Amino acid sequence: MSDLDRIVITGVGLTAPNGNSLPEYRHNLLVAKSGVVNYKTRYMGPVLAGICNFDELRYQKKKDLRRGTRAGSIAVYCANEAVKDSGIDWPNVARENVGVYIGITEHGNVETENEIYEISKFEYDTKVWSHHHNPRTVANNSAGEVTLNMGITGPHLTLGAACAAGNAGFIQAVQMLRLKEVDLAIAGGVSESIHTFGIFASFAAQGALATHEDPTKACRPFDRNRNGIVVAEGGGLCTLERLPDALKRGAKIYAEVIGYAMNSDAKDFVLPDSNRQAECIYLAMKRAGIGPEDVDIVSSHATATEQGDIEEAAALRRVFGNSPKTFINNTKSFIGHAMGAAGALELLGNVPSFDDGIVHATINLDELDPRCALPNLVINQPREIGPVKCILNNSFGMLGINSVVIIRKFQG
Amino acid sequence: MTSDQIRQVILDILGRIAPDEDLTDLDDARPFREQMELDSMDFLDIVMELRKMYRIQIPEEDYSNLNTMGGTVQYLLPRLKDVPVGA
Repeated sequence: MSDLDRIVITGVGLTAPNGNSLPEYRHNLLVAKSGVVNYKTRYMGPVLAGICNFDELRYQKKKDLRRGTRAGSIAVYCANEAVKDSGIDWPNVARENVGVYIGITEHGNVETENEIYEISKFEYDTKVWSHHHNPRTVANNSAGEVTLNMGITGPHLTLGAACAAGNAGFIQAVQMLRLKEVDLAIAGGVSESIHTFGIFASFAAQGALATHEDPTKACRPFDRNRNGIVVAEGGGLCTLERLPDALKRGAKIYAEVIGYAMNSDAKDFVLPDSNRQAECIYLAMKRAGIGPEDVDIVSSHATATEQGDIEEAAALRRVFGNSPKTFINNTKSFIGHAMGAAGALELLGNVPSFDDGIVHATINLDELDPRCALPNLVINQPREIGPVKCILNNSFGMLGINSVVIIRKFQG
Repeated sequence: MTSDQIRQVILDILGRIAPDEDLTDLDDARPFREQMELDSMDFLDIVMELRKMYRIQIPEEDYSNLNTMGGTVQYLLPRLKDVPVGA
């Protein structure tokens, strides 16, 4: 592979329910600080959610917040943080060569629900329906808000990929950089989903919305007493560059993206399929030129639904069952399911392992469901495993969409 | 409502749709757009707020009357004179 096809991560910006920067987020993953709290959503009353508390006004004016969306605001915060963290000479970057690729699970539900609620106070008179509705709900909203905020004139896209979206954002960036469509990509995923009651109500109707008297214990992947998903908001965006560009400017390199894959179950609207998940993992490893034994950490997708966890565990046993040096964790147990941001946040939470050799745990696993038994599942306490060179990140979503990204510690 | 009361209503609306602006020295004779960041979407917000608060329908051909504070108050006065504050 030519060095021009080698793509590296050079900057990280994120907001998670338990941290607004990579160091803070990582610290809280290692000390088992949850970001899940009690929350009230319209019509439904009390639920649980992962809520972010980043400084919205760091990069936007109050008017921007009023006009735009929560997803846009999260994206603007993360994109600016990533660029700042990258150390790139941003004022002199050719903005027409910058691409923004943001994965989303859904978009427009929040804004549409808000408008319907508003006109309900006016006897459903559509004359009070906001002229802001369309620019807020177009599917490219979050990526478009980033370009508006940062003066980026290159391409921008959101990638609708259900809960596989965070990985999909990274994958799109890798592809566009390899195609030389852009020279710098800002990519990852965002979610504003906690602001739509519909997502809670739909999971509840499906019997897949988590409940627990202690919010911090509600998200329990692989636990026998898990009872569903905790919805979270958040965002994780990175700057990605071709390796020679990053080396030329002396950039700090967090990781190299060495493999990826996406595929489809072609089977069911909601139920996952371990066979297709395993195939997706194998394909990503094949493209990366590695085998299971080369993967030090698997960041699992498990959402704490009954069948979802069983299926992923089956896929992981199949692929990594004979790989004694591969350790498996789960980040949702700390922050809930950040939907479009999940894949990005879960990958990024593991990146510091390249430096400290520690795998953060999956928490709230008090009684392992035997159907979810996995070798080297890191349970409740972080584990020091020595040098970490390779991390594999699973992200799967409804309609049977699967995505896998593999990153490697960069060694010049 | 009196002229002063209508002016205050407009100031309150502007405060909501342009929360970063300092409106204390707003000149009633000069166009809003010369004194603050106000684009066409913001302008529509003024129209929408008045529609929601007072059920006033302002036709597009009348929008030019709303370029300044003075013009806006003058335009609204006959339409709101029988409306109590806070309606």
